[in-house]
Amino acid sequence: MSAKIEVDDLTKYYGRTLALDQASFTVEEGRIVGFLGPNGAGKSTTLRILTGFMPPTSGQARVADHDVLAEGLAVRRAIGYMPENVPLYPEMRVDEYLAFRAGLKEVPAGKRRAAVDRVVERCWLTDMRRRLIGQLSKGFRQRVGLAEALIADPPVLILDEPTIGLDPAQIQAVRELIRSLGEKHTVLLSSHILPEVEKTCSHLVIIAQGRIAAAGSVAELKAGLAESSRIVLEVHPGEGGEGPAEVARALGQVGGAGRVTHEAVGGGWLQVAVQPAGDADPREGLHHMVTQRGWRLREMRREAPSLEELYVRITAGETAAAERPAA
Amino acid sequence: MGKVFLLARREVASYFVSPIAYVAMALFLVISGFFFALSDFRPGAPAAMRSIFDIMMIILVFVLPIITMRALSEEQRSGTIETLLTAPVTDVQVVAAKFLGSWVFFLAVLAPTLLYVALLAAFGEPDVGPIASGYLGLALLGAAYVAVGLFASSLTQNQVIAAVTGFVILLVLAMVGPWLGTLAPPPWRNIIQQAAIRTHYIDFTQGVVDVVHVIYFVVLTVYALFLTVKVLESRRWR
Repeated sequence: MSAKIEVDDLTKYYGRTLALDQASFTVEEGRIVGFLGPNGAGKSTTLRILTGFMPPTSGQARVADHDVLAEGLAVRRAIGYMPENVPLYPEMRVDEYLAFRAGLKEVPAGKRRAAVDRVVERCWLTDMRRRLIGQLSKGFRQRVGLAEALIADPPVLILDEPTIGLDPAQIQAVRELIRSLGEKHTVLLSSHILPEVEKTCSHLVIIAQGRIAAAGSVAELKAGLAESSRIVLEVHPGEGGEGPAEVARALGQVGGAGRVTHEAVGGGWLQVAVQPAGDADPREGLHHMVTQRGWRLREMRREAPSLEELYVRITAGETAAAERPAA
Repeated sequence: MGKVFLLARREVASYFVSPIAYVAMALFLVISGFFFALSDFRPGAPAAMRSIFDIMMIILVFVLPIITMRALSEEQRSGTIETLLTAPVTDVQVVAAKFLGSWVFFLAVLAPTLLYVALLAAFGEPDVGPIASGYLGLALLGAAYVAVGLFASSLTQNQVIAAVTGFVILLVLAMVGPWLGTLAPPPWRNIIQQAAIRTHYIDFTQGVVDVVHVIYFVVLTVYALFLTVKVLESRRWR
């Protein structure tokens, strides 16, 4: 049995509201994948479909080689799921709750005690075992939710916003815990904060407006961004030489150069940013132009947008689209 | 089956730490104790519990929906329904466990009324037969009420709405229905009376255990639970 997650063409309507629009992606076994998207992009909807809590309107999803609709029980046996906001029974004690859930998840009666001990230790709950869940702080509730997801040692873990509402030290600890889980489990965790997933996940799936906007390993996504990089030069046209506008115009005429912006950086130096046209690489042409005109050049670098910028662009696209009907 | 017991045990335990359940229990015991003292436990009255059994049928219409109101609505409000239904359990197991847990708590609410039997035995010589059949009737009646209460609780996230809905359904079945039956023309009158709870309940209080009446309560219970399962499943097509 492979612990893969395969999502194929999933669409979900809530009444007439389209929440998920033909989403497809795959999570390979043993990977930690970040499911990233702004609030309301369809993250929780996707996770709820994967865990069999509700069915898609159309499309297919398979977890650990089982169809979420046709083999719901088998899928649920393979998954440890922590829903958003970690719903728990406030009247139960921590170890009582974990033992109860271990029973529900078919941990044999003789092994429940050991299973509870294991997750309590792993999620730093040892001092909280006998506390009522209703009296726990948000951070501890989060850990109880995580411990619950781990109790039956499932091959697949699905965590909805696992670090939301935690303080920085707790976030650090949960990140380390998740990273250590990647060795034995396939992990899909959702978040709306990029640095959060960038630090724990090797792969990302970015969703916006119910559509998968980008997917791949962090390195792949960065390589893809490198192609849409821009070239930044610092040029000095010489005393009494051409004005800034003329410099920008000349560099803009180099083959392969697209939009050009310029900015004075002091001492007669000019910072010029050249956006390449399409896939072209105008660096050589730019250098040629600079030497031909006899300008001084002290820097030329390629600047790739960060994942953060890509994510902001996707998110901004979403808000722009959301505003359109109102305008 | 193991999972049903596990879930039912959690359910019973949660009743015993719920203040509302204790309030409902107290309410039931105070009112039924009051009527017991007034009707059956009087000098000169026969040492039987006929009247109090009849009255309990009415008291429970108000009390049981308060007990069952949070069973499923609170799970939906707090979101624990999501962890519950994404565990490897079926909707049928969940509903069966909710029913069993609530019904066991109802029996616990009923247990202190055995004191009435002890009181009657202390001051007279009660006929054990009708009392035993009366309790059997109460257990069956309670099962049907609990099932209706669970159905009401599955419909909403709001406990108060769940309680009122359950109360209204039971009120129609137990009181309004039979009253309408007396007003209806003959062919309808009989049908409505056969559907009413009291028609099937009253024989138990008089020491008669008729299989037809047992079947009536079992069918009513199973039907209400079936509807509850369907409501839970409806999240799949809503």
